[in-house]
Amino acid sequence: MENLIALLVAAPLLGAAVLLCGGRRLDRAGHWLGTLLAAASFVIGAVLFFDMLGRGAEERELHQHLFSWVPVEGFQADIAFQLDQLSMTFVLLITGVGTLIHVYSIGYMEHDERRRRFFGYLNLFLSAMLLLVLADNYLLLYFGWEGVGLASYLLIGFWQHKPSAATAAKKAFLVNRVGDMGLSIAIMLMFTTFGTFTFGPVLAATGETSEGMLTAIGLMLLLAACGKSAQVPLQSWLGDAMEGPTPVSALIHAATMVTAGVYLITRSGAIFNAAPDAQLAVVVVGAVTLLFGAIVGCAKDDIKKALAGSTMSQIGYMILAAGLGPIGYAFAIMHLVTHGFFKAGLFLGAGSVMHGMNDEVDMRKYGGLRKYMPVTFVTFGLGYLAIIGFPGLSGFWSKDKIIEAAFAKGGTEGWILGAVTLLGAGITAYYMTRVMIMTFFGEKRWQPAPDPDKAPSAEPGVEVHPGEMPHPHESPRSMTIPMILLAFGSVFAGGLFSLNSAFVNWLKPVTEFEHGHPPISAGAVTASTVVVLLIGVGIAYAQYGRRPVPVVAPRGSLLTRAARRDLLQDDFNHIVLVRGGEHLTRSLVYMDHTLVDGVVNGTAASVGGLSGRLRRLQNGFARSYAVSMFGGTAVLIAATLLMRGV
Amino acid sequence: MSASAAVAVHSLWTTAAEPAAADRIGAPAIEYAQLAPTLIVVGAAVVGVLLEAFVPRRARYHAQVFLTVVALAAAFAAVVALAAGGHATTKAGIVAMGAIAVDGPALFLQGTILLTSLVAVFTFAERRLDPAHHGHRVDSFAAEAAAVPGSEQEKAAVKAGFTTTEVFPLVLFAVGGMLVFPAANDLLTLFIALEVFSLPLYLLCAVARRKRLMSQEAAVKYFLLGAFSSAFLLFGVALMYGYAGSVSYARIADVVDGSVSDITPALAQTMGNDVLLLIGFAMVLMGLLFKVGAVPFHMWTPDVYQGAPTPVTGFMAAATKVAAFGAMLRLLYVVLPGLRWDWRPVMWGVAIVTMLAGAIVAITQTDIKRLLAYSSIAHAGFILAGVIAATPDGVSSVLFYLGAYSFVTVGAFAVVTLVRDAGGEATHLSKWAGLGRRSPLVAAVFAVFLLAFAGIPLTSGFSGKFAVFKAAAEGGAGALVVIGVISSAIAAFFYIRVIVLMFFSEPKPEGPTVAVPSPLTMTTIAVGVAVTLALGVAPQYFLDLAGQASVFVR
Repeated sequence: MENLIALLVAAPLLGAAVLLCGGRRLDRAGHWLGTLLAAASFVIGAVLFFDMLGRGAEERELHQHLFSWVPVEGFQADIAFQLDQLSMTFVLLITGVGTLIHVYSIGYMEHDERRRRFFGYLNLFLSAMLLLVLADNYLLLYFGWEGVGLASYLLIGFWQHKPSAATAAKKAFLVNRVGDMGLSIAIMLMFTTFGTFTFGPVLAATGETSEGMLTAIGLMLLLAACGKSAQVPLQSWLGDAMEGPTPVSALIHAATMVTAGVYLITRSGAIFNAAPDAQLAVVVVGAVTLLFGAIVGCAKDDIKKALAGSTMSQIGYMILAAGLGPIGYAFAIMHLVTHGFFKAGLFLGAGSVMHGMNDEVDMRKYGGLRKYMPVTFVTFGLGYLAIIGFPGLSGFWSKDKIIEAAFAKGGTEGWILGAVTLLGAGITAYYMTRVMIMTFFGEKRWQPAPDPDKAPSAEPGVEVHPGEMPHPHESPRSMTIPMILLAFGSVFAGGLFSLNSAFVNWLKPVTEFEHGHPPISAGAVTASTVVVLLIGVGIAYAQYGRRPVPVVAPRGSLLTRAARRDLLQDDFNHIVLVRGGEHLTRSLVYMDHTLVDGVVNGTAASVGGLSGRLRRLQNGFARSYAVSMFGGTAVLIAATLLMRGV
Repeated sequence: MSASAAVAVHSLWTTAAEPAAADRIGAPAIEYAQLAPTLIVVGAAVVGVLLEAFVPRRARYHAQVFLTVVALAAAFAAVVALAAGGHATTKAGIVAMGAIAVDGPALFLQGTILLTSLVAVFTFAERRLDPAHHGHRVDSFAAEAAAVPGSEQEKAAVKAGFTTTEVFPLVLFAVGGMLVFPAANDLLTLFIALEVFSLPLYLLCAVARRKRLMSQEAAVKYFLLGAFSSAFLLFGVALMYGYAGSVSYARIADVVDGSVSDITPALAQTMGNDVLLLIGFAMVLMGLLFKVGAVPFHMWTPDVYQGAPTPVTGFMAAATKVAAFGAMLRLLYVVLPGLRWDWRPVMWGVAIVTMLAGAIVAITQTDIKRLLAYSSIAHAGFILAGVIAATPDGVSSVLFYLGAYSFVTVGAFAVVTLVRDAGGEATHLSKWAGLGRRSPLVAAVFAVFLLAFAGIPLTSGFSGKFAVFKAAAEGGAGALVVIGVISSAIAAFFYIRVIVLMFFSEPKPEGPTVAVPSPLTMTTIAVGVAVTLALGVAPQYFLDLAGQASVFVR
C-alpha cells in the first residue's frame, strides 16, 4: 500500500510535464488531462485513506523510500515519503479541493488561449504541494516548498501581459524568498544539531538539545511559515496575489499554499513544544495577523481583496492555535480543513460573480445579484455563514474550539488571546456581512463596462464591449458544481469532525492532544462567540443594509483609509526596506568603487607604473647590460662575503 | 658545524662513488657506454658538418633533418637504456677520469634536453610557414647567413633557393654541450661544456631569414654578454682552484668540509682561504645565473629572445634553462653543500628579485616574444626557489619543473611561429587581438600554454609550481614562497591578458593570418599540449620519476 504514496505526487507531476512540454497539440485536451490526473491523485488519496482507516491508530503511519538522493557519508538525503494522519488530511484537502478547482477552471478559463499552460501550472502546483506534505524529511519538504513558490509565481503572474500581475508575481516570489531563507537556515541548523533531516530522528531528539538552539530553529521555521502563510510581517504579497486568475486565488491563497506554514509548525510541534519562546512568537504572529487581516478585510471594496484579508485573518487563527501547543494543533488543522472548504467556496463564488459582471471586482458596483445568480448566492451564502462561525456550520465548530483553546492558554496571556480571537470573530462577522450585503442585496449599482483602452483590466478572451451594461447570469455547470460540492463541505464538515471528537482523535497520534481548560466554561465561550458574531453582523447590517451603498467610496476615517492601503504595509516596506536597501546598496557600491576598486586599481597602477619604470632599464645597449652584470656580480660577491662576516 | 654532521646532511642527496684511482699516470679510461648519449650527439654533429661539405645542396636539408632527428632519438634511447640499467641509482658513478658524472639528475636532465631538442628541431625543419621564394620552400633561417643583409649576394642566395642547413649540426653541437653541462663533474669540464653549447647558440641567433639586422644584433649582444659572463665564470674557476688545489667537484667539496689535510705545496699560500672560495663561488654562480636569465644578469634575455629566429628562441629558452639549472644544482648540492649557509641568503635575494622583476616588467611588454622572455625570467625565479630548498625534494621538484616548463616553452614558441602577416611573424600583441575568433584552435592551444605558464591547475605549470613551492616551504623558505605566489599573481595578469585579447577583443581587419603548418610543427605543438596536460592531470608518475632521479653522485 505504501508504494502508492509516490503516485500521489507523480500523477500531477506527469500532468505538468506533459502539458508544459507537449506543445500546442494538447491545447484541445490539455485541461481534461490535467483534471483527470488531479482526480487520479485524489482517488489514490482516498484509497490510501480508507486503507489507513482499516488499521489501528498506532499503525497508520506509512513510509516509502524511493531512492537515496545524496548518499554521502555523514550527509544522507533521501527521496522518501511519510504518510500519517496529518499528511493524509492535507492530501485529501489538496487533491479534493484541487480537483474541484480544476473542474471549475475548465469553465472559468474557457476563453483563455493559454488554458493548457494554466492547467500545467495547476498540476505542477498540486504536485509540489503534495511533495511538501508527504516528505519524510525537511530537505525534501524544502524541495516541495520551493516548488510551491515557483508554481505560485507562475500562476499569480499568469496574465503576465498585465504589469500589475507581473509585479504581483514578483512581489509574492520575493517576499516568499525571505521566508524560504528562514527555512533553509532552520534546516542547516537542524543538520548541524541533529546530523539528519528526517522528521523522526529530528523530532525525537528535541529532548537532548539545548533550548537556545531549538528556539533558533523554531524562530526560523516561523519565519518560513510567515512567508508562505502570509503572516505579519511577510503578509504583503497576499493581497496583490489576487491579480492571478480567480481559481488560483481559491486554490493557492485559500485552500492550500497558504496553509503550508500551519503544516510546517504543526509538523515541527516537538521543536516548538520544547521552545516556549518560539511558541510565544508563533502565538503573537498569529494574533497580530488575525486582527491585521480582519481590519484590512473591512475596508476593501475589491471582493477578492476583501476575501484575501479574510484569508490572512483565518490563517492567523490557525497559526495562533498551532502556537498554543498540544491543546491547539488539532484545532488548527481542523480549522484549516473547514476553512479550505468555505474559503474555496467563497472564492469560487466571487469568481462566478465576476464572471457574470464583466470581471468587475468592485463590490460597490454590484448589488442585488441574488436574483440573477441563485446558485452562486446560495453557495456563497453558506460559505459566508460558515466563515463567520454561525452555530452548526463548519466554521463554528473549528473556530469556537480555537477561541476556547486560546482562553485555555491560561493566565494573562490566555485572557488577551481569548479577547483577540473573540474580537476577530466579531470583525469577521462584520466584514463578511458587508461583502454579502454589498454583493447580493440592496439595489443594483451596476456600471457600464470601462473602456478597455483606459483600464485594460479585463481578463483576456472575455468579450467586453465598452459602455455595455453587465448582464449578470448564472455560471456554467462546470463552475457551479464545484461550488455546490464545496458548500456541502462548508456546512457539514465541521459537525462531522466534531462528532465524538473524531478529528481530534484522528490526529492525536501525530500531533498529541491535551484538553485545554479555559478559565470560563466552554458554554460561556460559545455564548460570547455567538453574541460577538451577532454584534458584528448587526453593525454591518446597520451600515450597509439599512442605508444605500455609495458607488464611490466615501473618504472614511483615518483607520479606514489606512486599512484600504493594507494598513500601510507597502508604505512601511517601501520606507524601511526599499529605501533602506537602496541606501545600503548605494553605500556598498560607493565602498566598492572607492575602497575595494581603489586598492585593486591602485595596486595594479603602481605595479604597472613600476613596470614602466623598470623596463626603461632595458635600453638595448649591450654596455648597459654589461654594467648591470658587473654590478650584479659585485653585489653577489659582496653579499657572499658579508654573509660570512669576513 | 662539525665535519661529521655536514657529511651526514650531504648524504641525504649524495652517494659515495668508488674512490678515484691512485695517482699514477695511465691511459685515460673512457666509459663509452655511459657517455653514449653525448657521444652520439656530438658524433652526429661532426657527421653533419661533413654532410655540409659533401652532400649536394638540394639533398642537404633532408639528410640533415634525418641525421639530427635520428641522433637525438638514439641519444634519448641511450639515456633511457642507461637509466633502465640502473645508472641513475645503484650504478651511478663518475666516468671519464672524473670529468663526467652519470647519475639520476644527469640522466633525467639529459633525457629532458634530448626530448625538448627533438621536438624543437621539428620547428627548425618547418618549411611551410613562409611562402615559397622563387619556387623554393624556405624555413626560418637566412638563405646565406654570411651575406650582408640587403646585399646583392643575399638576393642571389635567396633566388638560388639556398637555406642554412648548417643550423642542424649547430643544434647538435649545442645539445652536446648541454648534455655535458649538468653532468660536468669538474669546473673545467663545466666551462668547456658552457662554451660548447653557447657558441652554436650565438650563431643560431644570427641566422633569421626575416628581420636579419635584429637577429644579428641579438647575436652580437648575446655573444658579447655571454663572453663577459664566461670570463667571470672562468675567473671564478681559477679562484676556486686556488682555494682547493683542484677543479674536481668531489675534491673541492672535501676541502670545504675540512676533511682534506694534504695541501698541494704550490698552493700552500692560498689553500683553504675562504675569501677565495667565496669570491670564486660567487663568480661561477654568476656565470650560471647568466645562463638561466636571473636578475640582474637577465638583460640579454628579452633582446635575444626577440631577435633570434623563433624556433631557436624556443629551443634556447627550453634547453638552455634545463642545462644551466642542472649545472647549478650540481654545483650547489655536490660542491658547496657545506657552504649553504653562505649561498642560501644570496640566492634568496636573487630569487626574489628575479621573480618580481620578471613578472612586473612583463606587464608592460607589447611583443609576444619579449613577453615570453620576461615570463622565462620570472620562471627562473620560481625554479631558484626550489633550488634554495636544499633538500632532496628541492632537487626532484626542480627536475620536474624543468621538464614541465621546457615543453610548455617549446610549444608556445612554436605557436608564435604560426601567427604571421606580410612581414613574417606577427609578434606585436595588438595583432593577436581577436585571434580566438578567427583561429579558435590555435588560440585555444596557446591559451593552454599560457595557463600552464600562469600555473593554473590541470596544467603542468601548476604541478611544477606546487612542487617547487612546497619544497621551498619545507626547506624553510616560507617567505620566498609568499613572494613567489605574489609574483605568480602578477604574472597571471599578463598571461590572462593575452587570453582576453585573443578571445574577447574584436579581430583587426588587417590582422595576421594563421599559417597551416606541416606535420612537423603540428607534432611539436601537439607534444607540448599533451605533456602539459598529462603532467597537469596526472603528475604523480613523473614526480616519482624525478624523485627517484634526485640523488647526485659525488
